[in-house]
Amino acid sequence: MSGSVLQVTDDTFEAEVLKSDLPVLVDFWASWCGPCRAIAPVVEELSEQYLGKVKVAKLNVDESPKTPGQYGIRAIPTLIMFKGGQVADQITGAVSKSHIEQALGKLL
Amino acid sequence: MSERELVIIGGGPAGLTAGLYAARAKLDALLLERLSPGGQVLNTHWVENWPGDVEGVSGFDLSDRFRDHALKFGLTIQSAEVSGLGVEGERKIITTSEGEIAAKAVILALGASPSKLGVPGEAEFAGRGVSYCGTCDGPFYRDKVVVAFGGGNTAAEEAHFLTRFAKKVYLVHRRDQLRACAVLCERVEADPKIEVLWSHVPLAIEGSALLGVEKVRLKDLKTGQEKEVACDGAFVFIGTTPNSACVAGAVDRDEQGFILTNQNLETSLPGVYAAGDCRSSLLKQIVVASGEGALAAYAAQRYLESL
Repeated sequence: MSGSVLQVTDDTFEAEVLKSDLPVLVDFWASWCGPCRAIAPVVEELSEQYLGKVKVAKLNVDESPKTPGQYGIRAIPTLIMFKGGQVADQITGAVSKSHIEQALGKLL
Repeated sequence: MSERELVIIGGGPAGLTAGLYAARAKLDALLLERLSPGGQVLNTHWVENWPGDVEGVSGFDLSDRFRDHALKFGLTIQSAEVSGLGVEGERKIITTSEGEIAAKAVILALGASPSKLGVPGEAEFAGRGVSYCGTCDGPFYRDKVVVAFGGGNTAAEEAHFLTRFAKKVYLVHRRDQLRACAVLCERVEADPKIEVLWSHVPLAIEGSALLGVEKVRLKDLKTGQEKEVACDGAFVFIGTTPNSACVAGAVDRDEQGFILTNQNLETSLPGVYAAGDCRSSLLKQIVVASGEGALAAYAAQRYLESL
């Protein structure tokens, strides 16, 4: 993974996501999930495009199972948009870039 | 506006094979894909019926190989989402997220997405117990009980896959026998963790805000009786719906939205071809999509030569 996508874990989630000044888009993913892989380049593009406006992060649900459990995640990829530490929007499945951008538009 | 001889829309087995053949024919071809190349193969844990791969191949590896093979011969792949197809004289105009692209010929390899059950609770609990991909979401159901809907190849394969994690899988099918191929039917029947509920249809998926899916409500078609099955997840494998909305009105489609073609895969719009799961056909398989991709590329090449 390159670009501006931040890798977060159960340990860093609170500081990086919940306490972030910027809104945060978190991509919950795992290595065994095909659609997660399909959506990865879109998430990277968004991280470049929204640089300075939205923090884009990824959380591996295998390595950090606590956080997805807390948010009741039982399907991946799930994208959750956080604003001020609260869930503002949630998208499940490998949706198109425009679909995510619409959700981000509402957030900003 | 950029202009190409051939634009292939979609990067699954059909589109990537069309791209391979177009690249080897040295056509000025461009493939557009909205996500990363692979298509539904990426949702497949293990592919057992790709000829020549006797031991089988993972969906990840096979989709990588399709992509690399097309790239090796010089295909250009661009990330873009297509929203429309129009005609301007002899040229086709493709509207995309990255602007308009003109093409002399087009191959629609749009693929398909899992169909929805259309029962109450399905949308409400999507991602919170309702799932359309066993490979993706199975690991969330370790030692849990799940219900799977469907009776075709995907349903049989995925129900079996889910038993790696779930302690019990109910397979709910509206008929009294599966449509899956014999090998997969035998696997389902021999699996002690799978219980098939024959001749049952779903009425609703129910649960709570806190726990997500908690049960499904079914109707037994033979007795007319309703019953509830307690479960932690509901997986839907009842076929696919074509991703053809972006060409609605531009080419003829059947009632379900699958694109109609002639025997050379040409659609109702001359110079526009369809291949793979978005096409109206009897069998949706990787090998079929791939074969159709090759045929569509060759037909497009002949069309370009005739201009």
